[in-house]
Amino acid sequence: MSEEAKKEPLFSKQNKKLITDPLNDNNPVTIQVLGICSALAVTVQMSNAIVMSVSVTAVLILGNVIVSAMRNLIPNKIRIIVQLVVVAALVIIVDQILKAYVYDVSKQLSVFVGLIITNCIIMGRLEAFALGNKPWASALDGLGNGLGYGLVLVIVAFFKELLGSGKLLGIDVLPESIYNIGYMNNGLMLLPPSSLVIVAIYIWIQKGRNPSLIEH
Amino acid sequence: MELLSLFIRSAFVDNMIFAFFFGMCSYLAVSKTVKTAVGLGAAVIFVLTVTIPVNYLLENYVLKQGALTWLGDEFADMDLSFLSFIMFIAVIASIVQLVEMIVEKFSPALYGALGIFLPLIAVNCAIMGGALFMQEKQFPTIGHATIYGLGSGVGWFIAVVLIAAIREKIRYSHVPAPLRGVGMAFILTGLMGLAFLGFMGFEL
Repeated sequence: MSEEAKKEPLFSKQNKKLITDPLNDNNPVTIQVLGICSALAVTVQMSNAIVMSVSVTAVLILGNVIVSAMRNLIPNKIRIIVQLVVVAALVIIVDQILKAYVYDVSKQLSVFVGLIITNCIIMGRLEAFALGNKPWASALDGLGNGLGYGLVLVIVAFFKELLGSGKLLGIDVLPESIYNIGYMNNGLMLLPPSSLVIVAIYIWIQKGRNPSLIEH
Repeated sequence: MELLSLFIRSAFVDNMIFAFFFGMCSYLAVSKTVKTAVGLGAAVIFVLTVTIPVNYLLENYVLKQGALTWLGDEFADMDLSFLSFIMFIAVIASIVQLVEMIVEKFSPALYGALGIFLPLIAVNCAIMGGALFMQEKQFPTIGHATIYGLGSGVGWFIAVVLIAAIREKIRYSHVPAPLRGVGMAFILTGLMGLAFLGFMGFEL
């Protein structure tokens, strides 16, 4: 324990920042603009979005830890291939687990589980963070970015499912009386283009609140 | 005729960007000017047309259940499809590497134009997504798979060049400051996606 005390504490201020930054000012989806394909395509239902975020977070944390642990062994020239193999192996495990326990969701996510391999957030964090930092910090970085990704996914899915089919997590939430006075579900919200507009509005609000993020 | 219909469908109806958002990261990154957009778009067409048939062969003669029958009867019910992710990505990464070397050797001019984009493509979701969709669609022949790859690539090319042209012009408009750059690109893609929905149900 005495040795432990000399090192940085596990949840030092710097380490906490690794988790909170991606949730806010350094969000992987809206600010770093990474991992958009899956963020937009799996958000028709909240349950899919949640399963997808959990899968990506798991792959991100484990991939970050593994690559960070091997960072001094990987020759620089072939690092992309090494990273791809690590990530692909993790994604195969995730895919098999999803098929075994939540088969319906895994069918709906179809190719997007496989696309976690080429999700730019994962490669981006491996390149930018895990290759230069210790495993524990990398794990926190993975967790933070996974949560930031999940946050955007869940928000987009919330609006798409609520406005598009009047449900949340598959349960009807809008009372019958609203439909009786003429409210209708907006089928447009279920189509792919609407998720782009929701993310754009999210970016608008986020950058509006923090002008230092505005591009010139 | 069937092949032509497949080509049109994969390029316009099931457009990689507007229907599935495949390859959005590089799509947003290179669409600032038309010149770079054309470069990456051409590289994507090229790599998709090469990797999808190769992955098709791999899927049908190695990975699919019963695909190993040619090795002997004892392999007839082997199912290696759980390995498909890692095999596909390995094929894509090595073909991209190979293409880069071949192009550099035989056509330095083309290498100058595509060069910096080729390594980016290995982690472009459009390529991996194309391979996974090919696996899902179960094409009858390798010809179908090749046409599918070509069509998807052309669709991606059209999308990225269109958005780049719009983004070049929109620089002169008064976009609300927080939406400048990425935000506006998202909204534009959404509107173009709505327009492309008009192709839905299009048959030859």
